Amino acid sequence: MQEFEYINAKTVSEAVTLLDEKGDKARILAGGTDLIVQAREGRRTLDWMIDIKSIPEVNELSYDSNTGLTLGAAVPCYQIYADDAVCNAYPGLVDATIIIGGTAIQGRAGVGGNLCNASPAADCIPPLIVLNATCVIAGPNGEREIPSEDFCTAPGQTALEKGEMLVSIKIPAPQQNSRSYYLRFIPRNEMDIAVVGAGAAIVLDEAKQRIISARIALAAVAPTPLYAEEASALLADREISDTAIDEAAQAAQNIARPISDMRGTAEQRTHLVGVLTRRALNGAIQRVKDDAA
Amino acid sequence: MVRKLHVQTAINGETVEFLCEPRQSLLEVLRDELHLTGAKEGCNNGNCGACSVILDGRLVNSCLVLGVEIDGKSVETIEGVAEPEKLHPIQDAFLENAALQCGICTPGFIMSAKALLDKNPNPTEHEVRYWLAGNLCRCTGYDKIVRAVLDAASAT
Repeated sequence: MQEFEYINAKTVSEAVTLLDEKGDKARILAGGTDLIVQAREGRRTLDWMIDIKSIPEVNELSYDSNTGLTLGAAVPCYQIYADDAVCNAYPGLVDATIIIGGTAIQGRAGVGGNLCNASPAADCIPPLIVLNATCVIAGPNGEREIPSEDFCTAPGQTALEKGEMLVSIKIPAPQQNSRSYYLRFIPRNEMDIAVVGAGAAIVLDEAKQRIISARIALAAVAPTPLYAEEASALLADREISDTAIDEAAQAAQNIARPISDMRGTAEQRTHLVGVLTRRALNGAIQRVKDDAA
Repeated sequence: MVRKLHVQTAINGETVEFLCEPRQSLLEVLRDELHLTGAKEGCNNGNCGACSVILDGRLVNSCLVLGVEIDGKSVETIEGVAEPEKLHPIQDAFLENAALQCGICTPGFIMSAKALLDKNPNPTEHEVRYWLAGNLCRCTGYDKIVRAVLDAASAT
């Protein structure tokens, strides 16, 4: 592997100062399951790895039924799906964390790293988008927050400016009668990268017959994960019906701009967007219906 | 050359100190510095699981951990699994079920199985197959491995 210096940062301000000083030759190390491979294969050149796992804020995992979830940037997947409160409140996020890599990867990799690695196929990002997650970013000029759908700007590129780091992700508490769902298509059963991924979150009325609002997001069909805004809006204030779901799936297909590569053709991916969007929506609706009244 | 860092850790219950460069993975440190060659280098990118070890109670790919990251932590490797005169029940079950052929993947499978059984002593076949999905074997076809892990679970 290329040579680099390792720094175990103890505070957010220490990490930010180092990032600001070293520029793009410094990278944040959390779980390392992407970064270490990229450094080894020379896909990223770096002179500094700044380990953030000793910083308290990035290890926070706390849920409050009024204020929602604070998920530190370095919390690994296994802690998320081992947390009953998180599993109960955000099943769509849990769907993603249990399918990223295998057991050993989930012991290190986390949602924050998945976001910062900015892969178009990142499984955790559609759930964050549909759950209205906000990214808490620290930088030389203090803290700012941006919506999760604005975080990725291109493959491997994020909205983080020089000297900035992701500290945590905030997800609002779920509304009454709301549920989320994420699924992907892969040719294997596990240990694979999404050909297409689709997430949905849905809020139903008291009788669970009418959709109050919905959010749909897609992975692996554009340079970044996408929030399917029009498709989501089509479902607002409508009776649950196959027609409504089909219209939303069609609108989601309309924004997909997939490429053909070794995982699938553009045509197959566009088709899959329709299939997976329907399944994600129906999956989320079913979860609301399955909840005890 | 980048300065080496001092690391103090516990490996299989014994305190160990070493110097390593930041770019050395835990796998390289185990094999090249500490001469614990049980963990194997397969893919070196987190796909094959041949380098699996248990770090602070969690299964990890040692090729995806830096040696410097284990300062103050504890690591279990295949070398610490058997007692001096007695194999671990998982190892016995692998022998009984002929769950290995060339043996390269075996230390990783045993560490992975141990991490599973430490947490869930009675897994279903489904749970075993999902848990072991990150360990590749190109000889056995997995069936014998899965049966060995289930046998080990019922034996303990």
